[in-house]
Amino acid sequence: MADLNLSNVAKVYGGKVEVLKDINLDIKTGELIVFVGPSGCGKSTLLRMIAGLESISGGDFTIDGERMNDVPPAQRGIAMVFQSYALYPHMTVRDNMAFAMKLAKKPEAEINAAIENAARILQLEPYLDRLPKALSGGQRQRVAIGRAIVRDPKVYLFDEPLSNLDAALRVATRIEIAQLKESMPNSTMVYVTHDQVEAMTLADKIVVLANKGIAQVGSPLELYERPDNEFVAQFIGSPSMNLLPGQITETGANTKVKLSGGGTAIIPIATEASDQGRAVNVGVRPEDLVIAESDPLFAGKVNITEALGEVTLLYFESENGGEPVVGKLPGIHKDIRGTNVELTAAPEKLHLFADGLSMRKK
Amino acid sequence: MHPALQGLMMIFVGVSGCVGYFYFSNIVLDKFIFPAKGEHAGRNINRANLVRPWLFLFPALIALGLYLAYPVIETFRLSLTDRSQGGAFVGADNYAALFNDPKFWEALRNNLLWLLVVPAMSTAFGLLAAQLTDRIKWGNIAKSLIFMPMAISFVGAAVIWKLVYDARPIDTNQIGILNAVYLALGGDEPQQWLSKPFWNNFFLMAVLIWIQTGFAMVILSAAIRGVPEETIEAAIIDGANPFQIFFKIKVPQIIGTIVVVWTTITITVLKVFDIVFAMTNGQWETQVLANYMYDKLFRAGDWGVGSAAAMIIMLLVMPILVWNVRNARKEM
Repeated sequence: MADLNLSNVAKVYGGKVEVLKDINLDIKTGELIVFVGPSGCGKSTLLRMIAGLESISGGDFTIDGERMNDVPPAQRGIAMVFQSYALYPHMTVRDNMAFAMKLAKKPEAEINAAIENAARILQLEPYLDRLPKALSGGQRQRVAIGRAIVRDPKVYLFDEPLSNLDAALRVATRIEIAQLKESMPNSTMVYVTHDQVEAMTLADKIVVLANKGIAQVGSPLELYERPDNEFVAQFIGSPSMNLLPGQITETGANTKVKLSGGGTAIIPIATEASDQGRAVNVGVRPEDLVIAESDPLFAGKVNITEALGEVTLLYFESENGGEPVVGKLPGIHKDIRGTNVELTAAPEKLHLFADGLSMRKK
Repeated sequence: MHPALQGLMMIFVGVSGCVGYFYFSNIVLDKFIFPAKGEHAGRNINRANLVRPWLFLFPALIALGLYLAYPVIETFRLSLTDRSQGGAFVGADNYAALFNDPKFWEALRNNLLWLLVVPAMSTAFGLLAAQLTDRIKWGNIAKSLIFMPMAISFVGAAVIWKLVYDARPIDTNQIGILNAVYLALGGDEPQQWLSKPFWNNFFLMAVLIWIQTGFAMVILSAAIRGVPEETIEAAIIDGANPFQIFFKIKVPQIIGTIVVVWTTITITVLKVFDIVFAMTNGQWETQVLANYMYDKLFRAGDWGVGSAAAMIIMLLVMPILVWNVRNARKEM
């Protein structure tokens, strides 16, 4: 049972380098929150501030209403799983898991019961007396998770726990973490990753961090369907959302945009009369683009194709060296490279951004 | 010719001799003995590569043979002969004489004391210094200062510490800091520290500890840096206090290095000679094996007993040396 609250939290290194500012975040008991963002956005720093491994330079951090800024890590009721596992190499699996409880001077019977329980959940029973070096990467990460479970923390913190595993193991361990979450509905989890798939599949809520702050918080599909800004729009989803520049020519319940590429988009997003003539970007995801029968949104020559079997990615020739427009068509399209293709999308799939922010009313 | 010029010339001759040896011996091997051409080119290359390591090892093997293997054999031979009888074979007589000499047992006992105290204290102080200087701004300056005694020869260090232990008549200024402190703290009269049996051993050991702490610190400092940061952070989250982190997380992870440092210092201790020679020359019950050997061999001119003492030292060092090399290999 733990509600976490961050209000106006900031991190400044050496009084000069500002890494994070004005972080406001509410995490409810039982939620699995994922922090994502580009490298260097401070997502790991934020997690380490929650853990207490980094000091909090400003603002307040509370767990269940209790201010935690100056509480030592061990007394915050948290457990952390590290990317590099961080197992104690000189201790057996059993001792690794028992370490925290031994330090807390828990009775032997309680320690053993907790270890047996964790080992059963994580299928580590045969390995309890091995040293970490005699385990595979996946097993090591399970021991690290076991070390967290044994402590029965209020909050689990995961710092890119799957990044050191190979692709197949990553998927398997991801599913294990999801199951673990289900089996412990009262524990709060904070999970840092740079992998979108992990974020989309595991998260109850995703926090996208960028530019020292939070770009958007929401459920995975909210972020996908209704990004607040161009950054989130392009960060979530692969390949990234296309942004087509244009100008508003008609306002009202539906907004009409004349695209500089020549097409016209009618978007079911309401705009004010004062928006008339405003320079905007129309966002459209590659997977939402379909071959146009008439009135194309976008037309261009296919420069490169990537045939993935299930879908074919089309990279169009870009004007003046910018990001190429990308389309994702279902199925196999063998002779499409080098041809001119006209694409369009359903109006409700279109996004509208002005000055980098979504024009959709909340 | 000026001695400095002579020295420079010798360095030049020595270095170019080495370079020349490796360069020309390889040319001879590759061009004349096993040329990499003709119908057996492939076979010749393989053979040349089989021979080449020996070409490189040859000078070292010769030097080791001449300066290590031969002296060991010759010392062993001398330990079985008596010079005063014109080098006659006397069997184990020298060893019997050695074992009947109370001074030898004193030296052995003192060596054992040194063996217990110096490696333990040097490693402990080195570990402490390594840990305390690990993450502070002036840590590197502190480390340089602690390391500096390593650059001083044992004899030089002995002279410095003789001044520390110096005693002047009571009504004059004490130049020995130990006596100065002793008197300032209310001591009645200046003490002759080095002539107090048993305790004077520890005053001598202080010199070697002072020197070896720097060595232990540098090696252990590197080892501590190598302890993964995450394991320490995990321990912090697990609730370990700084002492528990040090003793339960850091020390077990660098235990291999600690053992290597310990045994390396142990070997130095078994060979300790200069400090005792320069400070007490074995008087007042401070004799050690190496100085005992020197006394017998070069002062008393008794090659037999001196060589026997040398063999005993070698026998004592050997097992530790083997163990040390094994441990060092494991660390690599």
